Amino acid sequence: MNFPRTSQPGEDRGAPSLRRRTFMMTTATGAGMAAARSAAAADSAPAADDPYQGTQPTQLTVNGTHHALKLQPRTSLLDLLREQLGLTGAKKGCDHGQCGACTVHVDGRRVAACLTLAVKADGCAVTTIEGIESADGTLHPMQQAFIDHDALQCGYCTPGQVMAAIACVREGHATSDAQIREYMSGNLCRCGAYAGILEAIREAAPVMRRLEGSRHA
Amino acid sequence: MHDFAYLRPRDAAEAVALHARHRPGARYFAGGTTLFDLMKLGVESPTTVIDVTRIEGMHSIDASRRDELHIGALAVMSDVAEHATVQREFPALAESLWKAASQQLRNMATVGGNLLQRTRCAYFRGAPEFACNKRVPGSGCAALEGQNRGHAVLGGSEACVAIYPGDMAIALAAFDAMVDTVSPRGERAVPVRELHRAPASTPHLETVLADDELIVRIRVPRGPVGRASTYHKIRDRESYAFALASAAVAVHLQGHRVVDARIALGGVATRPWRAIEAERSLVGLPLTRAAARRAAELAFQGARPLAHNAFKVALGIETVTDALMLAKERS
Repeated sequence: MNFPRTSQPGEDRGAPSLRRRTFMMTTATGAGMAAARSAAAADSAPAADDPYQGTQPTQLTVNGTHHALKLQPRTSLLDLLREQLGLTGAKKGCDHGQCGACTVHVDGRRVAACLTLAVKADGCAVTTIEGIESADGTLHPMQQAFIDHDALQCGYCTPGQVMAAIACVREGHATSDAQIREYMSGNLCRCGAYAGILEAIREAAPVMRRLEGSRHA
Repeated sequence: MHDFAYLRPRDAAEAVALHARHRPGARYFAGGTTLFDLMKLGVESPTTVIDVTRIEGMHSIDASRRDELHIGALAVMSDVAEHATVQREFPALAESLWKAASQQLRNMATVGGNLLQRTRCAYFRGAPEFACNKRVPGSGCAALEGQNRGHAVLGGSEACVAIYPGDMAIALAAFDAMVDTVSPRGERAVPVRELHRAPASTPHLETVLADDELIVRIRVPRGPVGRASTYHKIRDRESYAFALASAAVAVHLQGHRVVDARIALGGVATRPWRAIEAERSLVGLPLTRAAARRAAELAFQGARPLAHNAFKVALGIETVTDALMLAKERS
């Protein structure tokens, strides 16, 4: 982190070249085509050219839904969630564990999904931003607090911020402003919404503790 | 990124056997926060990844022994940082852990893997157009004449001036901790102080461990040196950054006088760096700020700054001085 990265992260050079991101960036008639592509991606059956299809059996529970998968070992948990399972809430910011935009919970603990091999999460329960609201659609208290305190501007880092913030409260690290700042430092916000994020966590923490009791992640 | 075979042994003996069967190209893989990162950059390219994190019996922290604290190599950084005995008896160790990385990464990274964290030198990390003796032995060192603000002022060579980036190893070096390993040749114990090599003419060889040698635990001696300790870390930003200069310092005072002092430096050297001469200079003296300052200056007496990092000498001296005063307050 002391130094600027001097080259782009390694691409999946052996993988088929048609990926949603590169597709959208290189297609002039982007909007309509991209909509068709993302509608196709919403189908749960993996395509025959699925770049993550492999031979390593991996059982995952994601937001309460069980998945029995066969994966290439190089697949990151982030790529699996976004590209194969269609859960695009966790974001690919840096892809090197430096920004926190990919934060999800594995067995209740926050991790960087970009640096987690998906096969290593075999047998684990994964929770993403898509899995934290109530069954009736009521937002999680942390989500609501982020809205109430304008704790975002562009919103790209927000799913990671919210997942990190929920873990921060459950770990018992949201007991003072200094603690919140320290234990949220792994989540960068280029818009600089930090003041609102701090206020949101400060407000949501006692609400969460009341709802959940003082459990630890 | 290239694909690789993935294996998940259940015990250390199986891990070692799998490594032997899949050489060359086999790598032990724990949290992955360094190795997966470097694989994405193309700096590391194992053909077989041996995931050791499901090995049983290597995750626990055992404070039941009177003489040593045992930390399983697979304990994650966040668990060790929060452990009550670590916090009470070895504050410098707890601080070195929670001041490193982010909570997300500390939940993933194991202490065994953390010892082996590789340098953050930008010329090493995926910049193939630049020379790096660590990445490609014999290719040269772009940092010597390049951007070297973050590089070492102690322990560098004509072949490499890359920083050892970890924090925990600095604290463990101060406490004279040991690492226990297992390999096809059996078990052995290595002092943390002797674990990392100076780069000399072979900077690609970073530790004394063989590539098939697996760290199974860390042992920290319990004694009079520990409680009066601190890990003082100075960074470009207040949190979530590597050290520009850091010091793990412990003191044992009787009355006002120093009986034992430990000073280990991070962020300024090519390997965890004990400042033995500086430590000895304090023994028998009252621990005044002036004495601390003289010791700190001794610690940096042999410093060889590069074009952009001369500030690290002055910063390092202030860091060690302040750390000694902070440790004294805890005695």
